[in-house]
Amino acid sequence: MPASVDDTVALLAEGRYVAGRDLATAVYLALSLPRPLLLEGEAGTGKTEVAKVLADRLGRRLLRLQCYDGLDLASAAYEWDYPRQMLAIRLAEARGEGGVVAEDIYSSEYLIKRPLLEALEPAPGGAPVLLIDELDRADEPFEAFLLEILSDNQITIPEFGRVAAPEPPVVVITSNRTREIHDALRRRCLYHWVDYPTAEAEREILARKCPAVTAELGAQIIDFVQGLREADLYKRPGVAETLDWAAALTQLGADRLGAGVVDSTLGALLKYQDDIARVRGEELLRLLGSEAQQASG
Amino acid sequence: MSADAAAAGEAFREHLVLFVRTLRHAGLGLGPGDIRGALEAAAATGLRNRDDLRRALAASLVRSPRDMSLFRQAFGLFFERPRALRRLADAAAEPAASGTGGAAEDGVVRLARALAAAGHGRERPRETRRRQRDRRGGASALEVLRRKDFEQMSAEERSEARAMLREAALPLATLRTRRFSTHARGPRPDLRATLRRGVRQGGEFMQLERRRPRLRPPPLVLLADISGSMSRYTRMFLHFAHALTARGERVHTFLFGTRLSAVTRRLRDRDPDRALALVADDIRDWDGGTRIADSLHEFNRDWGRRVLGQGAVVLLLTDGLERDPDARLGREMERLGKSCRRLVWLNPLLRYDEFRPRARGMRLMLPHADDLVPAHNVDSLEGLAARLGDSLQARRQTSTR
Repeated sequence: MPASVDDTVALLAEGRYVAGRDLATAVYLALSLPRPLLLEGEAGTGKTEVAKVLADRLGRRLLRLQCYDGLDLASAAYEWDYPRQMLAIRLAEARGEGGVVAEDIYSSEYLIKRPLLEALEPAPGGAPVLLIDELDRADEPFEAFLLEILSDNQITIPEFGRVAAPEPPVVVITSNRTREIHDALRRRCLYHWVDYPTAEAEREILARKCPAVTAELGAQIIDFVQGLREADLYKRPGVAETLDWAAALTQLGADRLGAGVVDSTLGALLKYQDDIARVRGEELLRLLGSEAQQASG
Repeated sequence: MSADAAAAGEAFREHLVLFVRTLRHAGLGLGPGDIRGALEAAAATGLRNRDDLRRALAASLVRSPRDMSLFRQAFGLFFERPRALRRLADAAAEPAASGTGGAAEDGVVRLARALAAAGHGRERPRETRRRQRDRRGGASALEVLRRKDFEQMSAEERSEARAMLREAALPLATLRTRRFSTHARGPRPDLRATLRRGVRQGGEFMQLERRRPRLRPPPLVLLADISGSMSRYTRMFLHFAHALTARGERVHTFLFGTRLSAVTRRLRDRDPDRALALVADDIRDWDGGTRIADSLHEFNRDWGRRVLGQGAVVLLLTDGLERDPDARLGREMERLGKSCRRLVWLNPLLRYDEFRPRARGMRLMLPHADDLVPAHNVDSLEGLAARLGDSLQARRQTSTR
């Protein structure tokens, strides 16, 4: 466990994650208080990565719950093993043991554990990291399921009783903000808005993640992407897109940016035809030009 | 407890009943059970301390902070200034006092109307209003008003039409969600419920419990044009929007003239007149020009992903008269149409029978709307709900031409 914000920056850096001091502070507090951490931000800004790196560096198990519309308790928390319960009842009857009592059937033996319940179990290396990914994709009723586990680290199963965690798990929740998360959930978490990185931070991320990219090409890539984010786009490229693009350029053997190679690889950065059409042509030359001037000046 | 309540005196009891009924007519969601709740609360606190009585009644009657100010006003009238209450009741009995609805009304006028409605015995306000109208001109006058163009209405007619819009019950079409609830004839077995029942019956599985998908109306996104040619229709439409918002539907409302403004939060105020006054304060481009393409672009870029996620239905209220339409308008409209479940264009110009979309802006927008419907009178707005129902079930058509 990191003992300070600086430690947290270092811990994330070990996992090749370049974190600003704001994010590192939020992570440090989430680990030491401990409280769930709600990360909101545009797609591709490295929210999910935080949980992965934390699990990796802290040596904890990563439990990932990918949210979707219609996600229910049976797939998120627990489910009873109905066929085995039925069988147990029939067996008891066959043995002539008479009526079955609820306690026999509703025991942990017949409980199928899903990520939320698993996260409450003690583990030798420490409590697991629970990643609840893209919560905004689940529908609103699902949020209510999470409230108990987020505030009290426990789940109440009506037929069984209360399952509480001896050691609270590290909980990271991410949202792309395709709808607003309810206040009741927000107030149980520490909140951090993950913004696009500054040019400097992004250069560092690129250097760590794609060491094959030369310093010169790297600088050009960052200037181009940062310029692109200021354009009036429907979906601005995130860090993930920058890294994709750098990998694409390396794959094509480009050692510097030219109109031709940029034009043919725009699909790695922009994912909407409207945006590509807008950038193509003059805007592209302007972005390349301003950056060529910077390079020469 | 009931002995205490009786001891509180029959007169007080009647007064309290009238108080609760007045609040109900003023828009607080209260039912007959709340009358008993209020009586019990009053009995429990006693009548010696007026502040305690106020707190007790507030605790049992007010369900939302936005209702608090109205409650305070009503309490003041009923329990602190009985003479003012009598004056108000007299004034409310006079038809002239029902107001022209021109300026923003404050809570007192609203309470006066509610008081009149509550005092009229058991009938509902809708019937009261209908009866008043019948007295003045008969049912046919009502029909005329329903068909009359908002633009051609007098101030009094507009206020009447507003009331009709607010009362228009809107059975919004429901959509299947991916959540299930137990239902006797549902299509899927509910194993958990089956097993629970089986265990209760000592291991006998006589009956398979079933479940079916839950139904729920889709979220609505209202985008309304407030430029000069549209502002009168949009003002009416906002009453409609406010009524939906007050009912707790998932509604997001945006207004646009030369720029886009999100007004959802303003419309949450329970009092329609105050809510609309708040909206008006926020907006600086009422009755100005219109830049539809820019406004749609702003919506698509900043709001589309946040509010269109859950299969939202978009109601776009505009005449489509863009000053300098270019291809951008078509593009933004296409983006909007592709991001929502259904895009319904409400166009008051459809009031003309011989209307043909000749203006270039309209021709650019039309291919991307799933429906084009009129929105110039009470009838057309009331019919909207039914249309929404049909259109949600129907497959999306590419063109409405």
